[in-house]
Amino acid sequence: MKFGILVNEGPYNHQASDSAYQFAMAALEKGHQIFRVFFYYDGVNNANRLQEPQSDDRNLVKMWSKLAEDHGVDLVVCVAAGLRRGIKDENLAPGFRISGLGQLIEAGIQSDRMVAFGD
Amino acid sequence: MIHTVNKSPYERNAFDSCLKHAVKGSAILLYEDGVYAAVKGCTAAARLADAVADHPVFVLGPDLKARGMDPANVVDGVRVVDYGDFVDLVVEHGTVQAWL
Amino acid sequence: MDEEMESGVVKKFMFVNRKAPYGTIYALEVLEMVLISAAFDQDVHLAFVDDGVYELKKGQDTAGIGMKNFSNTYRALEGYDIEKLYVEKESLEERGLTEADLVVPVEVVSRAGMAELMDGMDVVLSA
Repeated sequence: MKFGILVNEGPYNHQASDSAYQFAMAALEKGHQIFRVFFYYDGVNNANRLQEPQSDDRNLVKMWSKLAEDHGVDLVVCVAAGLRRGIKDENLAPGFRISGLGQLIEAGIQSDRMVAFGD
Repeated sequence: MIHTVNKSPYERNAFDSCLKHAVKGSAILLYEDGVYAAVKGCTAAARLADAVADHPVFVLGPDLKARGMDPANVVDGVRVVDYGDFVDLVVEHGTVQAWL
Repeated sequence: MDEEMESGVVKKFMFVNRKAPYGTIYALEVLEMVLISAAFDQDVHLAFVDDGVYELKKGQDTAGIGMKNFSNTYRALEGYDIEKLYVEKESLEERGLTEADLVVPVEVVSRAGMAELMDGMDVVLSA
């Protein structure tokens, strides 16, 4: 089955990004496909490669980048929400791309299931 | 349809709003801070116990354990699941409505 | 809507608004999502439930808080062929509001009616 995932919150402040990541990993382990993960609202902050959490903490930005690298998952950051919050190509982590909100609607159309994680 | 609730019933109305809008037979999954509603003995658990008659109800075990809540001490009829089950539930129950 | 659009797929989308405007950005950014969805020829529904009904309150004046008043945008949705706006009766009543308090014509539905509507959707996006 094809899943679309919407992440509405940035890392650390809320559990949303962690939950979305755990869900995505579980879906992949079960042989499902992730059509796209779309980052909206403060969720765009998941793509900021300048984040440096303490060494004993998880690094969600790197975890998402690795997910994209290992499994070819399409990670899309909303351009409008990203610009509003200072997420640009200059600080975009590997594996993410910036595009329009239409990519979210398209994910809703193309995926068998859309799952949203937020506050 | 499967409804997901990730907020404590004592902080937001997401849990109660979900219960008021979930049609009979639709599934309900509690995760993140939503899991507190599933713990026996709290006032929200009484409302959840009523919902169990009309809905398959699930609670995410890893979120219970993270919060020091015993998965063995959840409302009768509520099934404790892991992330893999979460995926299966979404496959099985169709459209997801997240009560954020 | 059962006519086949260019993409061949027409899904029932519902954007669920449950949060008040200005205190958080969700109402505004959901609206931006809704406007984009118009380009995809989908069967778009907007639901206003709980504090989401405050988004439609008439007479919003944001001059004093330095934020953009986006409430008029709801009136522009019709121009995008987004005409299925559902407001929950109980949510209005709980907040002492009536249909006359809203900036835009809507269909007021009961809580049970809203629950049935939600249950029939293919994609539900909420914030």
